[in-house]
Amino acid sequence: MRIASKLLFLLIIINITAYASPEEDLELFRDHFQNRFPGTEFSDFNNGVYSIDPASREQWESIEDFPPYEINIEQGEELFNMPFKNGNTYANCFENAGIGIRQNYPFFDENRNEVVTLELAINECRKKNGEKPYSYYKGGPMADISAYMAYTSRGKKFNLQIPNNDKALEAYEYGKKLYFTKVGQLNFSCADCHVYQTGTKLRADIPSPGIGHATHFPAYRSVAGRLVTLHERFAGCLNRVRAKPFKAQQEEYRNLEYFITYMSNGLEINGPGSRK
Amino acid sequence: MNILFSKILSVIVLLLAISPLHADVIAEGKKLAFDRKKGNCLACHQIDDGELAGNNGPPLIAMMARFPDRNTLYEQIWDPTKKNPNTFMPPFGKHGVITKDEINKIIDYLYTL
Ligand code: HEC
Ligand code: HEC
Repeated sequence: MRIASKLLFLLIIINITAYASPEEDLELFRDHFQNRFPGTEFSDFNNGVYSIDPASREQWESIEDFPPYEINIEQGEELFNMPFKNGNTYANCFENAGIGIRQNYPFFDENRNEVVTLELAINECRKKNGEKPYSYYKGGPMADISAYMAYTSRGKKFNLQIPNNDKALEAYEYGKKLYFTKVGQLNFSCADCHVYQTGTKLRADIPSPGIGHATHFPAYRSVAGRLVTLHERFAGCLNRVRAKPFKAQQEEYRNLEYFITYMSNGLEINGPGSRK
Repeated sequence: MNILFSKILSVIVLLLAISPLHADVIAEGKKLAFDRKKGNCLACHQIDDGELAGNNGPPLIAMMARFPDRNTLYEQIWDPTKKNPNTFMPPFGKHGVITKDEINKIIDYLYTL
């Protein structure tokens, strides 16, 4: 634990001064969590807090026997296959007709010089075909389609490559900076909870390890009784520390997603997930 | 004469210490320390009979012995980043989560532990 936190402190120092490469960051991150949780198999980190807390895992596994998000996957499939007014479908917008591709998002689009997430691409597909974009909040059709697309990708591993391009590295660095910067009235960074204090108790809550966060979204949250998109989850954590959240799919959040997804490299897609 | 006076004084002080007024302040301090919208100290510290306590900060016990200087304790709650810039503990006073007066009530309560 002590060694691990020194390591992470080093990580921040290195990054501010010498610009460690994303590959080096990833290695430090993985080492940190593996040292912190020696009993957890690397491949299990995509199960969030359940990879480190046997007590809540048992309860979760019995929930997963009858997944609460099953209906969302069905609805998502139906919406996905329903033609737009112009006769096209989502399949026309995505490689491999949109099946089994969740692991390729987000990516840095070198023509546009920005990070493109799956949910942004879904809405851009709609707009291109003359349809209104969907909301990223409160579950609904966006979360359902995103859940279906994740579901068809289960078992595939994230393997994001950051192109050797200044703008791409800038987007990555921005996301990382956001992750490590203390914000809000309560003065927490994402890393405070999901890197340094992961596994400790905040009242009855245990912040999950910061690797494997992107694999299982959207996630069905029992407290909300519906699917929650990744960016809505970011906003949830920021609200909690009394910081002003960004809007879903705003550049800041896309860069943050880019960073945390890169930190999930090597882990399997297992979305949609279910969580407290 | 002088001895008698100081004896009377110490009785008065003792009476004040256990007076209902002070007991109220202590109860209020406890409430503030446990309240999720106020100190929420329980989120991170084991305290007294508090339920569902967190464990990322040290248990708040033997406070008088460990913090004989009230001001040190006050500073730790007002702005713990002064002592440790990377601390996980929020700067409750500095960021206006709780007031000076509320911190003092919490301290009165902590000194009973
Ligand atoms: C004060 C502590 C705290 C801070 C700060 C915080 N989180 Fe969280 N976060 C939690 C807790 C507790 C949970 C619920 C338990 C868990 O991790 O699944 C959670 C859940 C999550 C989840 C869902 C995990 C899952 O497996 O489904 C994600 C993703 C997440 N946080 C990302 C972030 C990001 C990004 C930030 C910064 C913008 C952040 N968090 C800041 C405490 C925090
Ligand atoms: C989000 C977590 C968190 C909350 C909330 C919190 N603390 Fe702390 N506190 C810590 C941590 C962690 C430390 C260890 C010192 C450090 O990291 O700087 C600490 C240290 C302390 C210390 C020094 C203890 C010692 O033995 O050295 C005192 C006193 C203290 N806290 C009081 C409080 C009080 C009173 C409140 C509520 C008003 C509170 N804390 C709320 C996390 C927290």
